[in-house]
Amino acid sequence: MNFVEEENILELNRVVMAFGGLMALSNLSFQVKRGMIKAIIGPNGAGKTTLFNIITGSFPPTEGSVMFKGLPIEHLKAHKIAKRGISRTFQTVELFGNMTVLENVMLGCHTRVRSSFLSSGFQLPQFRRKEAQVKDSAMKILKFIGLVDKFNDPADSLPLGEQKILEIGRALASEPELICLDEPAAGLNETETYVASSLIRAINAKGVTVLLVEHDMKVIMNISDEIAVLNYGQKIAEGSPQEIQNNRRVIEAYLGSE
Amino acid sequence: MSRIGKIPTTVFALFIIAFPWVAHKIPSIEHYADIMIFAGIYCLMTMGLSLLMGYAGQISIGHAAFYGIGAYTSAILTVQFGLNPWPCIIVGMVISAVVAVVVGAPSLKLRGHYLAMATLAFGIIVYIIFNEEAAWTGGPDGMTGIPGLSLFGFEFDSVEKYYYLVWGFVFAVFIFTVNIIQSGIGRALRAIHVSEPAASAMGVDISRFKIMVFVYSAVLASLAGSLYAHYLNFINPSTFDLFFSIKLLIMIALGGMYNIWGAIIGAVLITFLSYEWLHYFEEYEVIVYGAILLLVTIFFPKGLVGVPGIVKGWFRE
Repeated sequence: MNFVEEENILELNRVVMAFGGLMALSNLSFQVKRGMIKAIIGPNGAGKTTLFNIITGSFPPTEGSVMFKGLPIEHLKAHKIAKRGISRTFQTVELFGNMTVLENVMLGCHTRVRSSFLSSGFQLPQFRRKEAQVKDSAMKILKFIGLVDKFNDPADSLPLGEQKILEIGRALASEPELICLDEPAAGLNETETYVASSLIRAINAKGVTVLLVEHDMKVIMNISDEIAVLNYGQKIAEGSPQEIQNNRRVIEAYLGSE
Repeated sequence: MSRIGKIPTTVFALFIIAFPWVAHKIPSIEHYADIMIFAGIYCLMTMGLSLLMGYAGQISIGHAAFYGIGAYTSAILTVQFGLNPWPCIIVGMVISAVVAVVVGAPSLKLRGHYLAMATLAFGIIVYIIFNEEAAWTGGPDGMTGIPGLSLFGFEFDSVEKYYYLVWGFVFAVFIFTVNIIQSGIGRALRAIHVSEPAASAMGVDISRFKIMVFVYSAVLASLAGSLYAHYLNFINPSTFDLFFSIKLLIMIALGGMYNIWGAIIGAVLITFLSYEWLHYFEEYEVIVYGAILLLVTIFFPKGLVGVPGIVKGWFRE
């Protein structure tokens, strides 16, 4: 709970997303305070992943604005948003399977290092220096996430739990201020889930704001500072884990009303 | 393709160095060094194109046009303005780069195979210009009297000398391309190849990289065209027609597009087929190319460089 400064790192104002006639999100507004772990929950099809895709620039919203650090980002392309300091993972693991564990994380450093075509092709000294720096910081991240022993393995040879962890590591490599994790515990066993939750806590302790979509209630209740609940593209509740657990509308959304 | 071994590279270099010397001793293949010059020129093009096809996942059906821009820039500037060939080669490469940006950028910003359509149209337009602008290009008759190359008074005036010049370029481009593949740019390209959403979420500007690779392949094609013009001392438009662009694609499909060795093997094999081994088929030659393309895409989608992997798979079963 280190969000002393009450600053909103991310603000969504009346965001609407319509796919043809289908309203995936309608009039959604919410804020994420800098330094917190905020979770988004909701039944399947509630619009959680759509929300992530809008924040990270996979597509622009139909209406409404997304402000990151006070600036609008809703019409920026994904790579530009990544440069602004938002990074993400994917619900179904999207690692670069044909690359090694280390290379995956090195790719994550992409936003921070720009190497020109000619200096790469001729292997000029400045290129070698940059490449060494990238490798260095990627190895540091692998140490942090506990995959340093497997740095040279192909990414697709890892078990699912480690692939999820590696994806978080790759997202961290861009040194984001906000990291969006799409179901980091999906498909993981109990031990792996524990590892993933501690990692998320450790990332947050470093000062990175975490926005999290998850189905595993144990994870959610354990690590999040604040929870927003979506149902049919609308926010039906928002508050601390205790408040959400006792909220009648949330229980109805999940279990149905009598 | 991410790791290129030192041993295959050395074997490749030694083979190239020894080839003319060996071929010279055997009368029946004495002229193979001459064919290898063309193979080398085609290699320059296929290396760039295989990056474009294998990594950026884009197809160009207009590379004969860049090949032609290189050849005609060299020819016009040397024959009509009497300039030294080397700067003309560079001017050709710069023109090709600019043209590639203009032709490629709009279509590469979109998802899908729009580049194939744009380059198809572009190739046809350029071919028509070569034919019609007779005052500059000589029209269908082409241009003669293009000077050969020399460097610091050393004339590349024999087959052997020109062979080493061309393959020197091939080797330099090979090393440059391998360096690119192993750099951050190559990582980004490989990432795009696997997952565009993940690559862009990591900050990779996908269209910028696709344009970059397209421009690189166009510049190499232009260099190849200039080397062709200065070797033959004569060019005419028929060399730069649509069929040649397709032949380049066949080279890459045959060799294997995800591998730089594939680009080289494919270029050399198709060159020998078309200059040497397919004469018996005469006008049916085109059918043989079609059959090659068909068989390769059905049975060896990774090209000839993928064959060892397939054979290994059989033994494992």
